[in-house]
Amino acid sequence: MELGLEVDESRAPFTVLAVKGEVDVYTAPRLREKLVELVSQGKLKVVVDLEGVDFLDSTGLGVLVGGLKRLRSHDGDLQLVCTQPRIYKVFEITGLTKVFAIHDSVDAAVAG
Amino acid sequence: MRRILQLQVPARVEHIAIARLVVSSAASWRRELADDRIDDLKLAVSEACTNAVEANEANNPEAPVTVEVFEDDDCLEIHVSDQGGGFDPGQLSPHPPVTDPQRLNFERGLGIPLIRTLVDDVRFEPSDKGTTVCLALYGGPAEPDASIDLTADA
Repeated sequence: MELGLEVDESRAPFTVLAVKGEVDVYTAPRLREKLVELVSQGKLKVVVDLEGVDFLDSTGLGVLVGGLKRLRSHDGDLQLVCTQPRIYKVFEITGLTKVFAIHDSVDAAVAG
Repeated sequence: MRRILQLQVPARVEHIAIARLVVSSAASWRRELADDRIDDLKLAVSEACTNAVEANEANNPEAPVTVEVFEDDDCLEIHVSDQGGGFDPGQLSPHPPVTDPQRLNFERGLGIPLIRTLVDDVRFEPSDKGTTVCLALYGGPAEPDASIDLTADA
């Protein structure tokens, strides 16, 4: 099972990380590694684009929570792009819509 | 209830995707359920399998995780069984509220609250080897011409 992770630097000062595929306990460690890598590179304004995600479980949520915590500890931030009801619902159920800034497009995220 | 599917997968995280795909496909064939309910079931099964794999990895890594699907006229029920030595969901401590900054210190522990929300009923049944998580979705069977015989032990 492949997890697509594409970094777009064209929206400076934001770094857009587009995630594609299924994020679960098997693939989420790759997402965690990528977020840690971005922080270590000094990329502290991160937009994670979840529009290409087909499936997101609690491990994936946990990785995003950890990424937000890590970025905030470096005075950075992590925003999300998510419009798919099946993915957004997972944030709603867990109350994490109140923790993350969730936008309906990358344009909206970088404008915010 | 009649068992319509049994699946045993090695207790490794790379096999969870196939378990949730098989169960959600069976549910969509056999039951009159909306697509979003199938998505809910797929996530709940995945969370239960994740917990089962982690329980086995910690206690009995060579033992498989067993996934069974049962049905009757009113209900589809999925049983996910580990051999991890037992688990008490009542011992789970709640997370801080999402408005509490300490909430960001909790990256794990969301699976069981998700399961409880996503399915109509959930039971945690201890066995002599571990725990069986029983997930129930109510709703009638699909039209007969949409059903596929899944009675073979997979």
